[in-house]
Amino acid sequence: MHLHKYEKIWLAFGIGCLFVFLTVIGVSAFAEGNQPPSCLTTIDPEKVDQTPPFDKPGLVKTGNNEYQLNIVVSAFAFTPNQIEIPKGAKVTINVTSKDVIHGFEVAGTNVNMMVEPGYINTLTKTFDKTGEYTILCNEYCGAGHHVMTGRIKVVD
Amino acid sequence: MMGETMKVDRRDAKLALAHLYVAFIALALGGLAGLLQTLVRSGKFNLPAGISYYTILTTHGVLLGLVLTTFFIIGFQFAAVSRTSGAFSDRVRFWGWVGFWTMTIGTAMTAFFILTGQAAVLYTFYAPLQAHAGFYLGLTLVVVGSWISGFAIFAHYARWKKQNPGKASPLLTFMSVTNMILWLVCTLGVAATVLIQLLPWSLGITDRINILVSRTLFWYFGHPLVYFWLLPAYMIWYVVIPKVIGGKIFSDSLARLAFILFLFFSIPVGFHHQLLEPGITPFWKYVQVVLTFIVVIPSLMTAFAMFATFESYGRSKGAKGIFGWLRTLPWGDARFFAPFVGMLFFIPGGAGGIINASHQLDQVVHNTIWVTGHFHLTVATTVVLTFFGAAYWLIPHLSGRVMTKAMNRLAIIQTIVWAIGMTFMSGSMHFAGLLGAPRRSAFSTYGNSPQALEWIPYQIAQAVGGTILFIGIILVLVIVTNLAFFAPKGETEFPVAEAAEPAERTALAMENWKLWLGITVALILVAYTIPFVDMIQNAPPGSKGYKLW
Repeated sequence: MHLHKYEKIWLAFGIGCLFVFLTVIGVSAFAEGNQPPSCLTTIDPEKVDQTPPFDKPGLVKTGNNEYQLNIVVSAFAFTPNQIEIPKGAKVTINVTSKDVIHGFEVAGTNVNMMVEPGYINTLTKTFDKTGEYTILCNEYCGAGHHVMTGRIKVVD
Repeated sequence: MMGETMKVDRRDAKLALAHLYVAFIALALGGLAGLLQTLVRSGKFNLPAGISYYTILTTHGVLLGLVLTTFFIIGFQFAAVSRTSGAFSDRVRFWGWVGFWTMTIGTAMTAFFILTGQAAVLYTFYAPLQAHAGFYLGLTLVVVGSWISGFAIFAHYARWKKQNPGKASPLLTFMSVTNMILWLVCTLGVAATVLIQLLPWSLGITDRINILVSRTLFWYFGHPLVYFWLLPAYMIWYVVIPKVIGGKIFSDSLARLAFILFLFFSIPVGFHHQLLEPGITPFWKYVQVVLTFIVVIPSLMTAFAMFATFESYGRSKGAKGIFGWLRTLPWGDARFFAPFVGMLFFIPGGAGGIINASHQLDQVVHNTIWVTGHFHLTVATTVVLTFFGAAYWLIPHLSGRVMTKAMNRLAIIQTIVWAIGMTFMSGSMHFAGLLGAPRRSAFSTYGNSPQALEWIPYQIAQAVGGTILFIGIILVLVIVTNLAFFAPKGETEFPVAEAAEPAERTALAMENWKLWLGITVALILVAYTIPFVDMIQNAPPGSKGYKLW
């Protein structure tokens, strides 16, 4: 099959870019650990309230400046929904759903996860700036989807 | 090209036209639903009579994403195959009508359950939100109807091959066959989740459902779906546009190769829609990100072929300088202008797609209205403007009429209106999404959060864009109605270009369907087998159904 000279250059440039993109993503993911949230832990969605750590949702100190934030998501609420986090703390956020699929997004940050019944999802984030962040559900879950909200306050 | 009839058989034309009518009725109703959504999200408007935002949203997604596209594509492909491979046999035409009515009945059923408030589950119908069984059954009929039509096209293609041994099939027929194979392979996923999981569960035969399996089967279908939309637009770009401007197809073989590559790499990629969910290991997510990105290659080949066609035409007319050829293109011809504007919007659209599919960038934009902005550039501009451009010659060709100068002028205005409306709407969606505004949500200030208040000006801009786009829909409906029923009688050409250089040998080698299907299946098995087995072996207890609307 005949390939025009300019087309060869164009495709070589494009495939080269592709290779660079994929290498950047691959190195960032597998060498630097910037993986998407993929906790493979399962949970019985109807027994969330009895299963630790979700039987006592909220912020738990786990080490020097390290915290675990356990949040139960259900239609149409986050529990808890008012959270204070010390500035600079490294927070591991665990979420699970008691009913349908929800989203867990802290607007304006990279904290963004799908919350599916039967699975725990998890993501670690260090909050470096003081201020107030909005938590919201970004996956359609029913009539009250757009009123699901909460706040994270990062304080000194 | 060899032995082609120049005009679509009158009886085949009726079949194709019936599909186009349903498509444009879907555009009218779905477009109205879209307008209402943008108005609600501006915060200045409430839906009357207690109508739910999510009912409107489901209507918009199903009618435009599934009904408009599927009907237009199948109607266009029937016409294209009949035009390039000869009139259908009575049997093929009969099954074409069976497919049409199956899809139409399915659409009516689906619409009934959405509009009566029994299926506000959006067009992705994620379990465990549970719609009425009639909603799933209606969608099943739409898919089964499209399969029947697909097999009608395959049967016609097989007959052509038998009658023309040793010859490469006409390019448009080859492309239609490739697109229908892609569609058949990918809809197996959605058929499996609907028939094995959702229907028994919504009828109460089974109690619980495996959520992750159903999502995975959905996205196995959900991404190739966008290529099923895009490939007919590419058919028009590759084969029709060169003829419209008076040039030739850049390369017959390369066009076929691009289509085969789309078949390979559009299916084993669904995990890039599931990057932020639990239950799939990061390794397998990355494998599918890599496969997703390979689609860049046939996309770049297509871009090259398009601009090479434009430039060589311009140069043959004596254009000078690097960009002199741009001036020779027929800017006043809506059949060229609408698809060309669509191509331009595909540049930011494609770049946004690369961002969405990236492992970590998705973290920022996933499920924000950025994504909505992205597919309103790709599908609702690139694909839809190309379809409009095709309708401007296809409908008069089929209805035995001609497009008047006045209608052509209106079509140019329509394209400009669409481009302006979409720049407003999609542009502000992209910006608001980067700031965190979610997609698929009714108006909300999230308890007067300062962040959410920042998004409102963008939402007002979306309503302005949505309103301009709705004017665009009215214009296109005026043109289409005119072309179908009122325009002066006459002959309109179905433009099919010839290849710049005959390349029969390679073109023939391109029709090794056993090999292509084998590679497609192998890639799917590599990308899905291990994670899928894992999803079933390590499954949590299933979910019962919820009706939360």
